[in-house]
Amino acid sequence: MTAETDTPTATPGPDAAARAGRRLPAGLVAWFQAAPLALVLGAFLVLPIIMIVIVSFWGATEYSIYPAFQFDNYEFLFSSPVTYKVFVNTFKYALITWAVTLLLGFTVAYFLAFHVRSLTWQIALFLLCTIPFWTSNIIRMISWIPFLGRNGIANSTLISWGVIDEPLEWLLFSDFSVILAFVHLYTLFMVVPIFNTMMRIDRSLIEASYDAGATGWQTLWHVIVPLTKPGIMIGTIFVITLVMGDFITVRFMSGSQSANVGRLISNDIGLLQYPSAAATAVVLLITVLLVIGILLRFVDIRKEL
Amino acid sequence: MTTISKVRYSRRSLLKTGGAALAASALPAPMVWGQETKNITLRQFGTGVSNLNEVGQKVKEELGFTLEMTALDSDSVTQRAATQPDSFDIADIEYWICKKVWPTGNLQAMDTSKIANYDKIVGIFKDGKLTPESTIAQGTAPHTVGFVPEQGATTFADEPTQWMTLIPTIYNADTLGIRPDLIGRPINNWSELLNPEFKGKASILDISSIGIMDMAMVCESMGEIQYGDKGNMTREEIDATFAIFTEAKQNGQFRAFWKTFDESVNLMASGEVVIQSMWSPAITAVKSRGIPCVYQPLEEGYRSWGGGIGLSKSLSGMELDAAYEYINWYLSGWVGGFLMRQGYYSAVPETSKEHMSDNEWGYWFEGKEATGEITSPFGDVLAQAGETRDGGSFYDRMGSVACWNAVMDENQYMVRKWNEFISS
Repeated sequence: MTAETDTPTATPGPDAAARAGRRLPAGLVAWFQAAPLALVLGAFLVLPIIMIVIVSFWGATEYSIYPAFQFDNYEFLFSSPVTYKVFVNTFKYALITWAVTLLLGFTVAYFLAFHVRSLTWQIALFLLCTIPFWTSNIIRMISWIPFLGRNGIANSTLISWGVIDEPLEWLLFSDFSVILAFVHLYTLFMVVPIFNTMMRIDRSLIEASYDAGATGWQTLWHVIVPLTKPGIMIGTIFVITLVMGDFITVRFMSGSQSANVGRLISNDIGLLQYPSAAATAVVLLITVLLVIGILLRFVDIRKEL
Repeated sequence: MTTISKVRYSRRSLLKTGGAALAASALPAPMVWGQETKNITLRQFGTGVSNLNEVGQKVKEELGFTLEMTALDSDSVTQRAATQPDSFDIADIEYWICKKVWPTGNLQAMDTSKIANYDKIVGIFKDGKLTPESTIAQGTAPHTVGFVPEQGATTFADEPTQWMTLIPTIYNADTLGIRPDLIGRPINNWSELLNPEFKGKASILDISSIGIMDMAMVCESMGEIQYGDKGNMTREEIDATFAIFTEAKQNGQFRAFWKTFDESVNLMASGEVVIQSMWSPAITAVKSRGIPCVYQPLEEGYRSWGGGIGLSKSLSGMELDAAYEYINWYLSGWVGGFLMRQGYYSAVPETSKEHMSDNEWGYWFEGKEATGEITSPFGDVLAQAGETRDGGSFYDRMGSVACWNAVMDENQYMVRKWNEFISS
């Protein structure tokens, strides 16, 4: 988690290749080295996704599914106005959550990286940020419910301060509470990568910027932000994929009153409509991949890391 | 949603420990059938309402064989009964599930001549009439799927025969739950759920097959829709019902929808909601926190449900005998008493009476004032002396059932509309 992370070891030199060559050809060694990860990813990522794609063309009765090759599931999905509404809703949640977590995450990371001087304090404060993550996602989310409720702590405090006369209804079971929970749950995923890249910025660049007469804001905008881009991009990918794939936060925090794509899928699974759930999942997967593809156009993470 | 709840009725949590406790119960079995029966294990699965750990223990004690219980949600139960007949011996399912599953031929009918207490089973499960004067409610009434003409038949019989599909175990009548302290006036109709007076303080359950019934009760009570059969709506009726509820939802009538038992308890106990669809033990759970909550009887009547146990087609020989033994024991009273003391009803109330005190029988079954404290089988105090049960006696409650839980011909269409409603 600190700046001193080593870059992965470079390709083995000619000596290593020669040594390995005594027993096995170099190419084969590379294959063997890649094999474990490839097998794990193949078995637990690629294969299930292929299965999902296959099942998305199957048919379903009320309590069973049967192999087929039909486009019914997709046809229904694309012809239903609900689908578009729900996708728009999903993007709305993702976009707002992304903007808020980026602002918060960048600020926290900036404070940790540039205002806290000693490494000990940096580590201590960074660990402090992670403490809430020792409890489960669900607990952190649900603990908002009594806090935001009609007779909850937030409302009774505001009333006793005389800020409001009537309890605020929109605090709970609304888009506000959904986004609040998302921000609470996922800000750390922004903080970590941004902090990581910030720690690797060469301090002399900042000094040079000041020496050249730049103001604090100019330094931030023209030096720090461009150099932090890979971190921002990694954080963005985390937050966007997490929010777009979520269903439980939306269900609990909206009191089941709004839906995103994840809930559409979970409803289908609950009703044993696996092929229809699979079709929705495929469309969601493609959408998320497109979004990430577009994001990666802006920053070449490989080059920058 | 278990954070702020101290619900004792969490059946699932009881069941989680169920398997372990069952295995650990080393109680000496009476040598009724000799050594061989002790090795018999019957695998039962069901929705968890009656899949109680205590029943398994008692079976081991009194009958000597092992009853393995698995709790699943009703969709999984349906799927398993329909597709994996060899994975269970006894299916504990609801009557509307039976309607879906029986045609697959995975269950075998039971010979009523082998059921000792058959004659004492209440009329609801035989000719459909609680008393000779009763009218039969809409929906999947249990007697309509309760019999088949002969062993092996996949269609249902119109009248009682010697072959029963499910032996009824547990049933009840559901209605709306209210917070009388926060409403402050009498509530007598289902239509009150959409009364603008309760804007932002109403809730309905987000389980489509049951939620649609509650919606229908409300729309009919409002005088907006007259249904041919609430348990088997036409597409037009479904559309009209959702139109009314979607409008109400967009006007902010609902605070939230609930999907689990605990959610319904928390919504009510915290005062977020003052009127909502609710289940009987949830009312008890709210009350046990010292918060007033009433299971309000309504003029239009109740929405009722019932479950029973069915036998797998692959059950035969000694296991089949053991299953009959189990069914006879089930109806002989102990289980009935255990369930009735939680507010459910038993299929053979007479035999349960012997396993309840006069006070308990009077309170739960006859609708009389309690003469002393009423406690649940788990030790919670549910009512004080002088209180009466909401809705009154067995005949008052089960006599005014308007509709049974059902599965419609247009089920898939309804489910899609339900999804639209949730995301609208």
